[in-house]
Amino acid sequence: MALPKAKQDATDARLADLEIPVSGGWSLAARQDAAERLVQMGLPQPRDEYWRFTRPKDLIAPEAPAAAPMDESDENPVFSDKGACTLVFRDGVFDADASDGDLPAGVAITRLAVSQDNDIDWASALYGKLELEGQTPVQRPLAALNTAFATDGLIIDVTDKVETPILIRYVHERDDSDPVLHHLVRLHADTELTLLEVGAPGARCNTVMEVDVANDATLHHVRDQGRNHDRRTNTHAFAKLGARSTYKSFTLSLNGALSRNEQIVSFTGDDAVAHVAGAAIGDGKNDPVHHDDTVFVTHDALRCESRQVFKKVLKNGAVGVFQGKILVKKDAQKTDGYQISQSLLLDDDSQFLAKPELEIYADDVACSHGSTTGAIDEDALFYLRSRGVPKPRAEDLLVLSFLAEALQEIEDETLADELNERLAAWLGRHAV
Amino acid sequence: MTMLEIKNLHVELEEENKKILKGVDLTVETGKVHAIMGPNGSGKSTLSYVLSGRDGYEVTDGSATLEGEDILDMDPEERAAAGMFLAFQYPVEIPGVGNMTFLRTALNAQRKARGEPEVSSADFLKMVRAKAKDLQIDADMLKRPVNVGFSGGEKKRNEILQMAMLEPKMCILDETDSGLDVDAMKLVAQGVNALRDEGRAFLVITHYQRLLDHIRPDVVHIMSDGRIVKTGGPELALEVEKNGYGDLLAEGA
Repeated sequence: MALPKAKQDATDARLADLEIPVSGGWSLAARQDAAERLVQMGLPQPRDEYWRFTRPKDLIAPEAPAAAPMDESDENPVFSDKGACTLVFRDGVFDADASDGDLPAGVAITRLAVSQDNDIDWASALYGKLELEGQTPVQRPLAALNTAFATDGLIIDVTDKVETPILIRYVHERDDSDPVLHHLVRLHADTELTLLEVGAPGARCNTVMEVDVANDATLHHVRDQGRNHDRRTNTHAFAKLGARSTYKSFTLSLNGALSRNEQIVSFTGDDAVAHVAGAAIGDGKNDPVHHDDTVFVTHDALRCESRQVFKKVLKNGAVGVFQGKILVKKDAQKTDGYQISQSLLLDDDSQFLAKPELEIYADDVACSHGSTTGAIDEDALFYLRSRGVPKPRAEDLLVLSFLAEALQEIEDETLADELNERLAAWLGRHAV
Repeated sequence: MTMLEIKNLHVELEEENKKILKGVDLTVETGKVHAIMGPNGSGKSTLSYVLSGRDGYEVTDGSATLEGEDILDMDPEERAAAGMFLAFQYPVEIPGVGNMTFLRTALNAQRKARGEPEVSSADFLKMVRAKAKDLQIDADMLKRPVNVGFSGGEKKRNEILQMAMLEPKMCILDETDSGLDVDAMKLVAQGVNALRDEGRAFLVITHYQRLLDHIRPDVVHIMSDGRIVKTGGPELALEVEKNGYGDLLAEGA
C-alpha cells in the first residue's frame, strides 16, 4: 500500500543522505531488513495516532535542528564516581581517551563499529530483533531507522553478578551533531548488572537499546538525560524478560526542547518483574520544553509484575506527555500490572497530556492505572511557610516531594540520593 | 510587655464573603499562657490561621501586632521569623521530605531571615536528638518523611518538637489535644510546659478543660460568634467544663 504523500516525502527526504554504514559483517542483514521495513512504514507524521501529542518534525528532519551544548563548567555530570568503568561517546563518536576504568569481572564489552567482522553470534541474533518484535502492534519507524543506520554502540555481555555499575557518558559538544547509537545488552541466566547512562548524546540523538534478560537475571538501568535546553532526544529501550528476571529502569530528564523516550517491555518467561519509571522537570521560561514518555508493556507469561511510575513537573508553558499501555495476552494469568502517571503543573500555561491504556485478554489478573494532574498543595505550602521556609524554597521542597515516589523506584539508594541532590540543586538555582 | 495585641479584628472568608471574626480584641502579655475556648464555629481556628498568615482570609478591619510590629501584611515565613508559631490541629503530611531536612531547612531559613548564622549539621543533630528524646520521638520518626504514617499522637508530638527547635516567641496551639489519649496529651503538655518562660507567650485553643489541667493558663477567654465574649482566670474553664457554653453565652449576650 502506498504511503500518504506527506509521509512518503518526509521519509524520502530523510533517507536521501543516509547510508548503511557497513558493507559486510554480522549486522548487515539486520540493517538491510530494518531499512526495508522503514521504507514500508514511513516516518512518523503528526496525524499518526502514536504521535498525536508529540510533533515528530524535528526528529525526522533530514538535518538535526541546531542545539547549543550545555556549558560544561555549569555542572558536573552525575555518577562520575559510581562507575567501575566509564565509556564516553562525544557527539556519538566513541572517545577512547576519555573512557577509563577497568571492566569488572563478569562483563565483556565491545563496540558495534569495530566488531563487525568478529563472530558474535548472540549479537547478530539480537540486533534489530527486539526492535522488529516491538513494531507490532504499534509501529516505531524511528527505531527501525536506528537499526539500519546506527554508526556505533556498545555490545555488553554479562556473564556474572557485577557489583559495580558500568557508566556510559554522553558528551554533546557540537551544535549540529546527530548521533544514531544502538546498544545491545545481554544478561546470561542468574547474572546482574547496573547500567548508568548520563548526558545528552548530541544536538539530536536517536538511540536504541535492546536488552535481553535471561532467566533469574537482573538489570538496573538508570539514566540522567542531562538538561541541555535545545536538544532533541529520541530513545527506545526494548527489553525482553526471561523467567524470574528483573528489569528496573529509571530516567531523569531536565528540560530539553524535545524528548521522546519509548520503553517496550515484553515478558516471555513466568514470574518476572519490570519496573519502568521516570521523573522530568520542564521549565519553559527560556526555551520550549516538550517531554514524552511512551511505554508499552506486553504480558505473555504467568504471574509477571509490571509497574510504570512517571512524574512530571511543568512550568512556563512546558508540555508533558505520557502514553502508557499494558497489554495482557490471553494466557498471561495472574498478571500484576500497575501504571501511574502524574503531573504537577506550576502555572496555568503548562500542560500534561496522558493516554493510559489497558488491554486485557486474560481473566485472572490485577491491573490498575491512574493519571493525575494537579497544582501545588496549598495546605502543604502554608505548613512549610508557617515554619519559616520561604515560598520558593517551600515550592522546591514540594516538587521534590512530588517526584520522590518515582525516585524511590531506583533500588540503589546512593544513586537515588545523588539524583535527588541534583534535582534539589537545579531547583535551587531557580529559587529567588 | 505585650507580646500579641489584637484590636477590633474583622475577618471574612475570601471566597464566600462570609464574616467569621467580628471584632476580636485580645492582648497576650509576654510570659503568659492564654486559653481560648468556645463552641464549634466560633472563629477560634480562623483566628489562628489569620495570625499565622494563611491565604483565603480577608482582614476587613482591625490590627494585630507581635511585639508592637504589625504582622498582618507579612508573609507566613516572615511571621515565623518574627517569632510566630502555629501548632496545627491537622499537621500536614509531606511525602518525600525527611523530617530532619524539613526541620533544618526551617530553622536555618528563620535564622537567615533574622540575620543570624546558620546552625551547623553537628549542632543541629545534637539539638534535635536531645529535644526529640524529651518528647519520646525516636530516630525512625525523625528520619521518616514529615508526618507520613505518623499516628495522631505522633503528629502532635512532632508539632511540639518543631516548636522546641524553632523556639518561637508566640506559640499558638490549635486544638492540640484533639485526637490524643490521656498519655499522649500529658506528653504534649510536658513539652509545652518545658517551653514556658518569661520571654514567650502561648495561646492555647481548645474545646475542653482537660488540656488546661496539664497546661495551666493564666487567662481564659471564651469566644463566640467571632468575638471574645468573656475573659477570666482558670476558673472560667472549669465553669465551661461543668455547665457547658450555654449559660456563659447567655450571660455574655
